[in-house]
Amino acid sequence: MSTKQTLNLKLHVWRQKNASTEGAFAHYDAPGISPDMSFLEMMDVLNERLIEKGEEPVAFDHDCREGICGMCSMVINGEPHGPKRGVTTCQLHMRSFSDGDEIWIEPFRAGPFPLLKDLAVNRSALDRVVAAGGFISVRTGGTPDGNAIPINKAEADLSMDAAACIGCGACVAACKNGSAMLFLGAQVSKYLHLPQGQTERAARVANMINKADEEGFGACSNYTECEAVCPKEIPVRVIAETYREYVRSAVKGKAQGEVAGKDDGA
Amino acid sequence: MNLDSKIPSGPIEQKWSKHKFEMKLVNPANRRHYRVIVVGSGLAGASAAATLGEQGYNVDCFCFQDSPRRAHSIAAQGGINAAKNYQNDGDSVYRLFYDTVKGGDFRAREANVHRLAEVSVNIIDQCVAQGVPFAREYGGTLANRSFGGAQVSRTFYARGQTGQQLLLGAYSALERQVGLGTVKMHTRHEMMELVVVDGRARGIVTRNMVTGAVEAWAADAVVLATGGYGNVFYLSTNAMGCNVTATYRAYKKGAGFANPCYTQIHPTCIPVTGDHQSKLTLMSESLRNDGRVWVPKQKGDKRPPDQIPEADRDYYLERKYPSFGNLSPRDIASRAAKQVCDEGRGVGDTGLGVYLDFADAIRRMGEQTVRERYGNLFQMYEQITGENPYKVPMRIFPAVHYTMGGLWVDYNLQSTIPGLHVIGEANFSDHGANRLGASALMQGLADGYFILPYTLGNYFGSQMPVTEVKKNPITTARPEFAEAVKSVNDRVSRLLSIKGTKSPTSFHRDLGKIMWDKCGMGRTREGLTQALKEIPELRERFWKEVNVLGDGNAVNQSLELAGRVADFLEFAEMMVRDALEREESCGGHFREEYQDDGEALRDDDKFCHVAVWEYQGEGKKPMRHTEPLTFENVKLATRSYK
Repeated sequence: MSTKQTLNLKLHVWRQKNASTEGAFAHYDAPGISPDMSFLEMMDVLNERLIEKGEEPVAFDHDCREGICGMCSMVINGEPHGPKRGVTTCQLHMRSFSDGDEIWIEPFRAGPFPLLKDLAVNRSALDRVVAAGGFISVRTGGTPDGNAIPINKAEADLSMDAAACIGCGACVAACKNGSAMLFLGAQVSKYLHLPQGQTERAARVANMINKADEEGFGACSNYTECEAVCPKEIPVRVIAETYREYVRSAVKGKAQGEVAGKDDGA
Repeated sequence: MNLDSKIPSGPIEQKWSKHKFEMKLVNPANRRHYRVIVVGSGLAGASAAATLGEQGYNVDCFCFQDSPRRAHSIAAQGGINAAKNYQNDGDSVYRLFYDTVKGGDFRAREANVHRLAEVSVNIIDQCVAQGVPFAREYGGTLANRSFGGAQVSRTFYARGQTGQQLLLGAYSALERQVGLGTVKMHTRHEMMELVVVDGRARGIVTRNMVTGAVEAWAADAVVLATGGYGNVFYLSTNAMGCNVTATYRAYKKGAGFANPCYTQIHPTCIPVTGDHQSKLTLMSESLRNDGRVWVPKQKGDKRPPDQIPEADRDYYLERKYPSFGNLSPRDIASRAAKQVCDEGRGVGDTGLGVYLDFADAIRRMGEQTVRERYGNLFQMYEQITGENPYKVPMRIFPAVHYTMGGLWVDYNLQSTIPGLHVIGEANFSDHGANRLGASALMQGLADGYFILPYTLGNYFGSQMPVTEVKKNPITTARPEFAEAVKSVNDRVSRLLSIKGTKSPTSFHRDLGKIMWDKCGMGRTREGLTQALKEIPELRERFWKEVNVLGDGNAVNQSLELAGRVADFLEFAEMMVRDALEREESCGGHFREEYQDDGEALRDDDKFCHVAVWEYQGEGKKPMRHTEPLTFENVKLATRSYK
């Protein structure tokens, strides 16, 4: 709002042409920033000013700008999605900063997230982990009535708590090991608490963990920094559940459906 | 232009069953010989790609985001309708059909809407089986809530994140097929052109948004699931990347574009705070279940809301529409909000806002219950505005949200170009002139899971014999592909070579202002005529003054945006033309000349039809065709929610 005090900021933004060239911080002054702007709107303003000066704008991923698509990223002053708990970068507003602040802005850094340009990285490895087992093998059609399977409300709520994961990868960016266990755990846990998820539970966890290893994500060492930065506040209990499932899967063997869904397709 | 809707004969409740039986099939062993391109990975695209992959077709699915899970279906909050009648409150397939036709202000095709209502029940079953964690009652059964334009509780939901959970269900089915190799996923690929060979859609041209490579892809059919064009207004509740390019390019290749002027302005969005605003955020319609909408009775009453006594408040929706009250349909609630703001009774610094007040609900049910129902929405509101809605009423204002118009399709969801099918928000078919809440998710999944997989098989079975597909497989060696690639490359070079002084965003913002002022909530002949003059001028300036920095062969977000804005600048003109020629008010299309004391006044004698625009060439006025709408089941009547 025009009546409110605007902020004058000093920005240090990571600029890197592509994965094969070296990057460095560029330094920009950002005067006259409204506290009502979202962080990404502040970046828009910076980019508009850069274009006016004939400089290439900063590339960054974003789409829905309402905290649900999981596309925005950025490490802000050392923290994925910035200083505020439980929000994505697009929902971080400039009123969380003060006049004169310096802000350091970097991409999500992790081995399995190769850099594309400036602040944008490739997070497709997370999709490949899901493709390895993050589903229930049910075909379209021929399913029973929705009310045929009563589900305890408390269990459905636990499932929903995990299913709220937006797949942004902040957990990976925050982890010293580059572990995706909070993300992976959320996929495991959302099915674990539902009767529909039981049939494939052994194969699911084993296939996803194996795939995560193959993609170069690290293991969990219980720092729980992931939980602290998660914009959807996914609890670390999903990691405990996942390792328990993994042990169970190893003991029982992946007897029920070793490669989920293998017989499908024509 | 042939606009044969191909609606099957017979009583409405038997049309789809009859048609399903009569459609041609493709033998499961032969399906692998067919290639299908699906563009878009939202509810419609992901569910279609997954289902077609399961059936054995070779599918290539494209999206411009970095993962199919990012598609904007993910942001739908409130819920999905289905005629399950789990609440035993009088719902039925016929009632959902009736409500949807009436909600659309009698501008949708009856047969399509009835089919939608029929398959709605299968969608819920499918999603439950996939593990979508819908809200449950303590006894373990599925919970429902109410939504606008209905007097039954038929909306299924997963907290305030229903779209997310349904999309993740479809995404998991899609990723399963990706893992099995039946679907190839191409992320960060933007469709730039449709390729038509011998009168049939046979492929697309994409730009790889990482390397800049412009590539051609050939297939036996193309499915567009590329969403709506709400971002023509610059500010909308759509994601930043949502655009009209795919459907507009198809239009320029001969697909008819239906009812482009039908746009939905959603009544409950967070008001604009300043010029820096990049998008608008919706507050789910479900909030109107318990929130009460009001403004002060007196013009210019600047007292804080808690100091305005009951007697000085106007709960205008409850006053004007006593039987539907705060749950009046979106077009009506938006218009009513505009009226009270035009009267000078709007709230907030700008005067463009009304209160959505939960004080009564908190008194009645306690803060804890309100928190359980709407917690995440309240949190989001506080995040954006810095105000606590448990203490002070929310301020809301209408914003562009959804587009009912889209590419024209027949009953088989095929456009006027054979082989080009269009599903979800990208087509025009089911919502008429106004969509009811919780019906977009229903339509996207109905098209993708339960309709297209049948009708596409019928297209192959009846028009593309497997012998022909095996003998003469389509390849990108056909000259039409090289031509399309060249035209995309030329366009990219042209955008990069202008080197003007203004950013693509600045043109987008200017276009949005023209569209919102002249083709927004209230439209007049004068304003629309003015817009028809201003848009071509703006377009001309764009092609002279835009500044797109960087290279074509790398990540270049300015270039992506410039391409989309260029298409919006052409599309907007068709939209305005459609609004100008539809001399009536219906649903979201409100022509101020045609009203009955603020209510939309339809002209069924002249406009009970779908308007379909056909491209006539660069710089030429498109041709308007019509498909008459006949109502054999629902009686044409003035829509009343009083």
